[in-house]
Amino acid sequence: MQIKNFAIAAACFAFALTAQAQDKIRLVGSGASFPAPIYLAWFKEISKTGVTIDYQSKGSGAGVQDLINKTVDFAASDSAMTDEQIAKVPGGVVLLPMTAGEVVISYNLPGVKRLNLPRDVYPQIFLGKITKWNDPKIVAANKGETMPDLPITVVRRADSSGTTFVFTNHLSAINEEFKKGPGEGNTVNWPKSDKFIASPKNDGVTATIRQTKGAVGYIEYAFAKFSKMDVAYVQNKAGNYVAPGTEGGAAALANAKFPPDMRLWLSDPTGDKSYPIATYTWMLFYKKYDDPKKAAAIKKMIEFGLGEGQKMADKMGYLPMPAPVAADVRKAAGSIN
Amino acid sequence: MSSAPAAELQGGSVSGPPSPFDYFFDRAFRGLAYAGAASILLLLALILYEIGGKALPGIREHGVALLVSSNWDVKAGEFGILPAIWGTLYSSLLALIIGGAFGVAMAIFLTQDFLPPRLAQVFRTIVELLAAIPSVVYGLWGIFVVIPVIRPVADWLHDKLAVIPFFSTSLAGPGMLPAAMVLAIMVLPTVAAVSQDALRLVPYKVKEAAYGLGTTRWEAILKVLLPAARNGIFGALVLGFGRALGETMALAMLVGNSNQVTLSLFAPANTLAALLALNFPEAGPKEIPVLMYAALVLLAITLLVNIAGSAIMVLAGRQGGAR
Repeated sequence: MQIKNFAIAAACFAFALTAQAQDKIRLVGSGASFPAPIYLAWFKEISKTGVTIDYQSKGSGAGVQDLINKTVDFAASDSAMTDEQIAKVPGGVVLLPMTAGEVVISYNLPGVKRLNLPRDVYPQIFLGKITKWNDPKIVAANKGETMPDLPITVVRRADSSGTTFVFTNHLSAINEEFKKGPGEGNTVNWPKSDKFIASPKNDGVTATIRQTKGAVGYIEYAFAKFSKMDVAYVQNKAGNYVAPGTEGGAAALANAKFPPDMRLWLSDPTGDKSYPIATYTWMLFYKKYDDPKKAAAIKKMIEFGLGEGQKMADKMGYLPMPAPVAADVRKAAGSIN
Repeated sequence: MSSAPAAELQGGSVSGPPSPFDYFFDRAFRGLAYAGAASILLLLALILYEIGGKALPGIREHGVALLVSSNWDVKAGEFGILPAIWGTLYSSLLALIIGGAFGVAMAIFLTQDFLPPRLAQVFRTIVELLAAIPSVVYGLWGIFVVIPVIRPVADWLHDKLAVIPFFSTSLAGPGMLPAAMVLAIMVLPTVAAVSQDALRLVPYKVKEAAYGLGTTRWEAILKVLLPAARNGIFGALVLGFGRALGETMALAMLVGNSNQVTLSLFAPANTLAALLALNFPEAGPKEIPVLMYAALVLLAITLLVNIAGSAIMVLAGRQGGAR
């Protein structure tokens, strides 16, 4: 806590210094770690135009808290904001989805080339109800493959994480038992079992899956892509098995319609080609900024993110936003002044 | 300025009354030393105040229930750290048994002229280098080297001896045993270095006297040297245990972070330090008081171990004197 305060004080001090330089503007933001790599890449580009943006990826919850305490100029969150949180900001907030990503189910089964996971199976795996890879339900969905007689070891995130939120949000949407049991959240109460292991961060989960035969776990798509992990084909609402990737993700995003407050969770996207576990991630702004220069800088940042920024998404393992959504976001951004 | 050389020339004493500068230097140094000592106490008090203050709402809300419950459900607001307390003590004890045995053996090997002095120095440096390896590296090494190596052994033990509670579950990967083994290597340098100092402090005459009485080398080491150095060696073990209690990153990566209390060496478990490290970064307002409470518990355990250690040492010393 003390360090946070100190960092904020230091940032304010730095801002006071640069304010005297007139033409240089500095924005301070904090929040979600899931989109942090792409945001930092954007901010690096934007800094060339004279606007410096400091972003601390300390987690969605902490970012929202900072926005409420007015210690930052903007925040970022994987779960937008709740009504209760929005009510705590007197001037009002603007929530803008800026990029999107997928969560994949990764596994370690030597000899299995393609793994199909039906909708009634993978929630059961993460509930600890299906415990063997040669369970009849899994065998039935993977006719061409020989499923080994191995126990299923579930690897989950040990730390509180937006990735866990997205994954459990989806599981809760498609499985009543999961909703009543662990439920959705950044950390949930997973079943107690010797076959449930928790590892820190995406790297830890990835390493543990790699080292454990019969392991299965959830990680961010960007991470799985760069570490070349085996990922499962997941059955979507339409009944098709879809691999994670730009195509399936784009389909999932395209079929969603945003309400005016721009809050929308793709708990269970429709569409034949949609990959079922995808999410938008938001930047959170105040409705009013006292300093017109700051407001201008923020608009510049949003514009860059929606334009140039989307071109970087695919390369970095994120999903580019569909053009109509980007247009909606631009319109919503107009209410910032 | 001119008087001092003059006195020397006259063949008088080189010593003279201290100059005002000497007085000032002495006082300033004393002040600095006092301030240094006081700041340590002040820092400890500040840490306790800071953690205690933030933990207070957690203590008020959960009280003793937190210490005996094993549920961690943020959404329902139910918290329990019994598995973490158990895992902290269990992993540290296992690490101390493994690391302590090797550390003391190593200290004997390096101080009792088994090796030429040069070579012993090289070995000593290598052991001390172990302390310089970052915790994360130990964690990765544990995941990629230790777990695959112990897996066949663990599977065999589980197959044949599942009746014994220590082997009652199969090794899923990260778990108590790999964590304790890596932890043992991490406390090894502490135990070995302090034990070496203790053994080296035993006067050479004692060893010569033992040989003079006709003991063999092993008799001299086991019956004379080790008892003579026992206080120092015990201190080394207490220090090692303290180090093991607080170790964080390697354990967070290896222990499996599962909230269950079990004797099984192969089951995933949890420790206080790992719990804190993993949950703090994104902790909400409901969790922070609980985590601060857990930090306070960890602090209390470490303090108790150190106090108990010194108490036992004092007691042992008194008995030794009476004999």
